[in-house]
Amino acid sequence: MTSARAEILEWLVQRVTAAILAVCVIVHLAVIVIAVQGGVTSKEIVARVGGSVPWLVFYSVFVVSVALHAPVGLRNILREYTSFGRRTTHWIMAAFCVVILVMGFRAVIGLYGLGA
Amino acid sequence: MSSETITVEIWRGKEEGEFQTYQVPRMESQTVLDIVTYVQRNLDPGLSYRFACRVGVCGSCAMTVNGKPRWTCRTHIDKVAGDGTLRIQPLRNLPVIRDLAVDMTDFFEKWTQAKAQFVPTATRADDFAQVSPEDPQRKEASAGIECINCGVCYSACDTVAWVDDYLGPAALNRAWTLHNDVRDGGRAERLKAISGAGGCQACHSHQSCFELCPKHLNPTASIAGLKRATVKAALKGEI
Repeated sequence: MTSARAEILEWLVQRVTAAILAVCVIVHLAVIVIAVQGGVTSKEIVARVGGSVPWLVFYSVFVVSVALHAPVGLRNILREYTSFGRRTTHWIMAAFCVVILVMGFRAVIGLYGLGA
Repeated sequence: MSSETITVEIWRGKEEGEFQTYQVPRMESQTVLDIVTYVQRNLDPGLSYRFACRVGVCGSCAMTVNGKPRWTCRTHIDKVAGDGTLRIQPLRNLPVIRDLAVDMTDFFEKWTQAKAQFVPTATRADDFAQVSPEDPQRKEASAGIECINCGVCYSACDTVAWVDDYLGPAALNRAWTLHNDVRDGGRAERLKAISGAGGCQACHSHQSCFELCPKHLNPTASIAGLKRATVKAALKGEI
């Protein structure tokens, strides 16, 4: 893949995941705000969300979107504010993506497992 | 009015230097270039600056006026020196040669890197191309073609300040006008040239170029058009 093509696709992925995240964040926050109205314990939250396949899918999409969206933005910030070379910022981007995926799915699968 | 004076601070030196203060008589319909010229002819003959046409055509007299890049020959003092003081500096984002004159080499070099030149497809045997002014693509091109290469947008752009190889609003705007010229044959190569790490994707759409362009062009919109065009080309496998 040419660097020009990679640059375009990374830009596109960042825009598409931004749109997905806009919906995910609203759903995430709205559910929290609504759910705590009556006061809920962590045990009740786990009982509702843990073991739920729809929530597993929802948060998996959330994590994958963050893992694609944030590293591209971080790479751009590093390009603009540091003197790191292009290769360095590329690998930082890739590493950050892996870190988010690992941490995110650890949480998502962990929560699912608590209710299963 | 001519009995009044205005306090003018002008940058003297290169990257290192200092402001010098001058008192310049106020005149009716006085422009920033009039002020600089007055200083050079009457107060300080060593002052370096660049101008040519004095009527907003050539694009050579751009400077930073009270913090913003302006074409000085068409910038009236009344509009920019409300508090009666004027601070004139060289354009930002370009190396200073001396005083108010900057080295435009990088600016024009990036036009070349963006392949921002017309690539003809017709031969002398072909008839004139028939292009309707109402054609949507022609309208896109026409909206951006009045650029005078003054460098105001390049100086106003934060992305140019942050990313060394960012092509800048003017070169990308030119690339967009050519992309919409049906007679041009260099689109695929040009889209590739403007899509690297310093290409159109680096634009943050701050719109400083749009706000300050003396010709009221909208390079941000042109760059947005290029972003769409590059995505389409990449998805089709043309890049």
